[in-house]
Amino acid sequence: MSEQTDIPEVAPETADETAKPERSRAAKWSRRGFIGAGVLAGGALLIGVGVRPGNPVGKLSPLVAGGTGEELVNSWVKIGADNIVTAIIPHCEMGQGAHSVLAQMLADELDADWSQVEVMQAPTDGSYVVSDTARMFVAPFTMNAADWIEPTWEGLFTQIGRFADVMITGGSSSIRSTGQYQMRVAGAAARKMLVGAAADEWGVPASEIVTRDSTLIHEASGNSAPYSEFAAAAAEQPMDHSPKLKDPKDYRLMGKSKRRTDIPAKVNGTADFGIDAKIPGMEPSDLSYAAVRRPPIPGTSVVSMDAETAKGMPGVQQILNMGSFIAVVADGYWNAQQALNTITAEYSDSESPIKSTADQFAAFANALDAAGDDGGEKAAGRGNAQSAYAEAATKIEAEYKAPFLAHAPMEPINCTASVKDGKCDIWTSTQVPLMARSAAAKALGMDADAITVHHPFLGGAFGRRLENDYVTMAVRIAKATSYPVKMIWSREEDTQKALYRPADLSRFKGGLDAGGKLIAYNNVFTQRHDPAEASVPGIYDIPNTSIRVAEADLHLPFSAWRSVDHSQQGFFIESFIDEAAHAAGADPLEYRLNMLGANTERHRGVLEKVAQLSNWSAPGAEGIGKGVAIVESFGTVAAEVIEVDMTSGKPKLLNVWAATDAGYVMNPDGFRNQIEGGIVFGLTAALYGEIDIVGGAAKQSNFHDYKMLRMNETPAIEVAIINSGTVPVGGAGEPGTPPAAPALANAIFAATGKRLREMPFGKQFA
Amino acid sequence: MITFTINGKTERVDADPAMPILWVVREKLGMTGTKFGCGIAQCGACTVHLDGEPIRSCSMPLGAAEGRAITTIEGVSGEDGELNAVQQAWISEQVPQCGYCQSGQIMAATALLRDNPAPTDEDIDAAMSGNICRCGTYKRIRQAIKVAAGIEQATDEETAA
Repeated sequence: MSEQTDIPEVAPETADETAKPERSRAAKWSRRGFIGAGVLAGGALLIGVGVRPGNPVGKLSPLVAGGTGEELVNSWVKIGADNIVTAIIPHCEMGQGAHSVLAQMLADELDADWSQVEVMQAPTDGSYVVSDTARMFVAPFTMNAADWIEPTWEGLFTQIGRFADVMITGGSSSIRSTGQYQMRVAGAAARKMLVGAAADEWGVPASEIVTRDSTLIHEASGNSAPYSEFAAAAAEQPMDHSPKLKDPKDYRLMGKSKRRTDIPAKVNGTADFGIDAKIPGMEPSDLSYAAVRRPPIPGTSVVSMDAETAKGMPGVQQILNMGSFIAVVADGYWNAQQALNTITAEYSDSESPIKSTADQFAAFANALDAAGDDGGEKAAGRGNAQSAYAEAATKIEAEYKAPFLAHAPMEPINCTASVKDGKCDIWTSTQVPLMARSAAAKALGMDADAITVHHPFLGGAFGRRLENDYVTMAVRIAKATSYPVKMIWSREEDTQKALYRPADLSRFKGGLDAGGKLIAYNNVFTQRHDPAEASVPGIYDIPNTSIRVAEADLHLPFSAWRSVDHSQQGFFIESFIDEAAHAAGADPLEYRLNMLGANTERHRGVLEKVAQLSNWSAPGAEGIGKGVAIVESFGTVAAEVIEVDMTSGKPKLLNVWAATDAGYVMNPDGFRNQIEGGIVFGLTAALYGEIDIVGGAAKQSNFHDYKMLRMNETPAIEVAIINSGTVPVGGAGEPGTPPAAPALANAIFAATGKRLREMPFGKQFA
Repeated sequence: MITFTINGKTERVDADPAMPILWVVREKLGMTGTKFGCGIAQCGACTVHLDGEPIRSCSMPLGAAEGRAITTIEGVSGEDGELNAVQQAWISEQVPQCGYCQSGQIMAATALLRDNPAPTDEDIDAAMSGNICRCGTYKRIRQAIKVAAGIEQATDEETAA
């Protein structure tokens, strides 16, 4: 098993007369990289799962023959002459393990020998568009493919940059969509064609051929052969557009904790991240580096700068006022940053009326005041929350606050670019390589075809690398210099000039009947981004709800942050439900169980499981409390119980128990790692996360004041997995995060009686 | 001109003695396993050994390396690339997610275990709390250190389910 992050550029083999037409095409294709690899393998089988929205499945050939660039082939398996199966993965690897798990899914359906499976990052190309809504079919072809392939591909390459920039890694979607609907289909279709080819050659029924470890076996005749032997012939087999996928009982790799293919390179320093980009043919010491500074206040620009001192500093090559930022280009990052630090600048005035955190929350409060009890835009609701509240036996009110948050991936934002001879090469860590390409094309006024995005491993992303602001900056610098430049942001730049998880203010009025049941739920907040259901307490049977959004402008720019709206809404909703439970005098976990509505078997399952894991009903010691929260996000239901020790007067995290139901988990250990990480991410935000606005600028700058949870603060974490069914398959990357903050707030309440309605919590016990 | 050894090899580098070791290693010597995280010795991503002691290379000037020995992540494996016990445990416990901080984590853990072959949880806290992992793999780092120390059994793939 190995991880290939670079796709070799391969020249065509020496021509012989009979093969000339194919060779000429191969030469052209070899510029696409991975096609050339197919030539080397000699008769390699390539399977792509294509996506053509709105077209009926099963008519591939005529469609492609008439194709004008609409066909998108988006995931692949390649079988080489050496019997190596290569899974070409269209998702970025940012720590979530998608490369490895997607290969597992494909290899299982293919009955491939896992020790002979390789993983390759798909090239940044429109052919690797990721779509979970489109219908699918299977297209087999080899280098000997019919002529209809090429015009389609040519058309594809020109169309893609304009219309289909959806090669996205986000939304906990890799396994859920690409894995389930594409990698598995590609693997199963390839297997069926290999069997068909062997059946023809051996003159036996296909139904008698079994496949195991990349080998075709016909026991009665004693025939057996590696897949590679029939790879070329398989391409001539009819394709099955909807091959039968395995039942879970037949899984050999899916559902197993196979070790991740990307990890070996991450323990010996050989894994390349965006920041490690090397320009082919260039010594690292010959590369130029840029340090950058954007204006401190969003939406402003550089009016003038005084760079006299910087000009004379060691290694400085160019100093650029790019309007929206200043760049110092030098022979090394440190020299560039040192020189940048000496530059003073004047910036344009900000048009935003918000100068401080207090201003931002005042704007939120104004919007909520204006909306009142029934204003704003309805997000969801049923019954009559106003009248039910008016008649309730017990009334509770609460207002919750969540701050702005930076993503703070460990790899600071960076991008290397080379713009010359009408071409642009970009090396960067991105969740959206095709969008990066389009952003560069727009910034440079170039055709997307002329731009290549190389995207190695991501040193964390959490949503930050869905944005391309930094790609635009890097290509502008490279265009201005005309030589390749590696732009690196300082941690301070990364923290203060980021895009942010929005702050928000959320108000609740709840009414309980005489029995303590929550019968009225009235909620209004200001921020609604994604996903739409995040603000809806849909798992609970509450007869009267009114959920509204009263929009208010954000001073700091938005970007999706691990679990997006769930990150705030989970805290708001699950804190309020806890308050209702205590108002009812009920056990918070029992209260939730009793309130579950229709179709909540999975929710009941995880709540009961987490109660058992955490020994919930056992009485706690004085000053030690447990809190519970449950949030469904990205197809996965996660319930967490957190145990906190408040005896010192400050929260000390003791234990986190999580029970999760993702339908079916493809790699249990990988899934647990994601949930564990999501919990730590959520706890970091709960205890410490906060970006303040001072003078219109983000205040916190680095890890000393934008603190992260560390080893000595990390609790014991236990994650249980419930596989309730095979469909739907839920996500792993995000669902661990939303329940962490409310579970901690609820635990602190249980320990101290102090209700925390404002994040972060840590400073409230300083 | 500053002379030092790095992973056993002697290097002479013509650079400003004030330049942090991190940037010399990454940009002058082209060894990119050591990572830039914060620049102010807060996160540990840049951890290397200087005469065997873990240091934050982002904040240690090149001049301090004169005549001394630097070891980076590229230098902790055996001669034929064989992984050391810490690296092996990082695999058996499937520690990394994004992996960006893990060079620094492994350098910190390697130094810890050399000096303290059977660390307690408190020892691990003390040695490792300078290293941030934004992916939140601390639980696994702790476990892997114990596995590398022989205190706990390695997790094997089939039992990880």
